[in-house]
Amino acid sequence: MSTIGHDRAAEMPLASPSPGGTLAEVFRQRYLLSMLVRNTIKSSYQGTVLGWLWSYVQPGIRFAIYYFIFQVMINRGGDEVPNFAIHLVSGLVVVHFFTETFNGGTASLLRNRRLLNKLPMPKALFPVSKTVVALWHTVPMLVILLVVCLVVGWDPDMLGVAAGLLAFAILIPLALALALFFSILNVFWRDFGKLIGTLTQLITFSVPMIYPYTFVHERFGELGSKIYLLNPVAESVLLLQRCFWVGTGDDPAYLTSRHMPDDLWARGGVMLVVSLVLLFLAQAWFKKYEGRVVERL
Amino acid sequence: MTNFIEVHNATKTFRMQYHRSLKMMAIAKLKGNRTHDVFNAVEDVSFTVEQGESIGLMGLNGSGKSTLLKMVSGVMRPDSGTVLTRGRIAGLIATGAGFDPQLSGWDNLWLQAAILGMSEAETRRKLDAIVDFADLGTFLDTPVTYYSSGMKARLGFAVAIHVDSDIFIADEALAVGDRPFKRKCKRKMDEIKNSGTTIFYVSHAPGAVRSLCTRVLVLDKGRLAFDGGVDEGIHFLKYDDTEDNVVGDKEDDGLGADV
Ligand SMILES: Nc1ncnc2c1ncn2[C@@H]1O[C@H](COP(=O)(O)OP(=O)(O)OP(=O)(O)O)[C@@H](O)[C@H]1O
Ligand SMILES: [Mg+2]
Repeated sequence: MSTIGHDRAAEMPLASPSPGGTLAEVFRQRYLLSMLVRNTIKSSYQGTVLGWLWSYVQPGIRFAIYYFIFQVMINRGGDEVPNFAIHLVSGLVVVHFFTETFNGGTASLLRNRRLLNKLPMPKALFPVSKTVVALWHTVPMLVILLVVCLVVGWDPDMLGVAAGLLAFAILIPLALALALFFSILNVFWRDFGKLIGTLTQLITFSVPMIYPYTFVHERFGELGSKIYLLNPVAESVLLLQRCFWVGTGDDPAYLTSRHMPDDLWARGGVMLVVSLVLLFLAQAWFKKYEGRVVERL
Repeated sequence: MTNFIEVHNATKTFRMQYHRSLKMMAIAKLKGNRTHDVFNAVEDVSFTVEQGESIGLMGLNGSGKSTLLKMVSGVMRPDSGTVLTRGRIAGLIATGAGFDPQLSGWDNLWLQAAILGMSEAETRRKLDAIVDFADLGTFLDTPVTYYSSGMKARLGFAVAIHVDSDIFIADEALAVGDRPFKRKCKRKMDEIKNSGTTIFYVSHAPGAVRSLCTRVLVLDKGRLAFDGGVDEGIHFLKYDDTEDNVVGDKEDDGLGADV
């Protein structure tokens, strides 16, 4: 035990024992964050023979099923949308990361009530750790996607890589913002947890994944597609498709002009700013209400 | 002397939820009942604790001890008034609350240490002492799911008790530990006390309070009803009545009968 002399005692300030702060405090406690993340991941493969290989097997099988249903069985895409499976899986990577962060983040405070009720931990640790875990699960998917692209024949371009990075630059702050916002809301209003499953499904169908963006434009016209494109997740899906899928076609330039909106980049820039602003607002909201969370858990 | 804990007019208000579903709330509204009510679990409590003092917080069930302790540890914030502390707070709270039953004892040891605020270097430095204290042998390699409740408690305690602290707080049952382990815990707590650490200890066990504390606070329905000497405080609560004192087995080290 620490035997502290009076000089040290005087050095320590008299302060509120309750931890405040959100993301900055989480960053300060990054060792704890890394332990939470590492153990969550370890725990999910504990006792299995394949271990971490499951993180490749699971999405691999999922991709294969989608490929079989959409490309082999109903022959979606055809010549109009070549390599439809890659088109689809690019979308799937985005949607999967987004919904995992959204679902897990929203439930994260309630799920850790036992800890929060006893220890003064920075509460933002839990939604942030969910986001990092979801990001970790995304890596194997990207690897599989990359391998498939290389097998099919991929012609990567710098602009495409930039699009892929921009997709995640938009997605990560956005998902984290929602995780922070809804984790608090879920404590005060539990009904929200019931709504989440439905919202998740809505996200799956509101992005150009199992259908190309052109469909939206053809069916709903100029105004319809304008509204459709306001969704930052749809924008991220398009950007990731710009990164992987476009490069696998015989004529990438044609695919870009045919299946991507003209203002893809301008929209991407605006969305990036929007999602950063949302993260800032979510942080402020979290800071405002986190003090009342424990007594309502 | 330096004050290590300063509590000024702290009040904590809780909501009492009577009705929760929309239907019930509508009915309550129609009948003119309130949908929720508030009450003060801790009301206008003030005291200061100097460095090296050892406080026993006593009171009947529901008198607000745990709530006050949570404000001192920083889990909750007072709704009015202030709670200020100095230095690092640790102790026997939430021992094992962060355990992941799927993971091995080792993994949980590291995780729990991190949750209690230890750095990687600090954990490594104390690893041997923690492992020794828990005394679980090769069971450390098996998942915590397969532990007996006593084994789980040992691991939790072993980590918690090795966190360096300036203020040591405790509000936890050690009911499942066997006698040798209880003895070991008691020795460790005496060691903490003798090293001059400030202690804030919630207990129903007069024996433990007598042996560990230098001052007693008694809460009564959220208000501070007594603040003074140990024997007077125990007498104030009428806990010194040996006839009623069923748990107060003289041989017992006292830790077992805690909250
Ligand atoms: N989160 C909460 N929301 C509403 N009421 C609460 C909450 N936590 C505690 N209470 C109420 O506050 C009062 C004081 O509770 P507390 O746990 O502080 O008592 P205690 O003195 O520790 O009792 P015990 O000796 O049984 O441990 C109780 O009436 C309890 O029901
Ligand atoms: Mg209690």
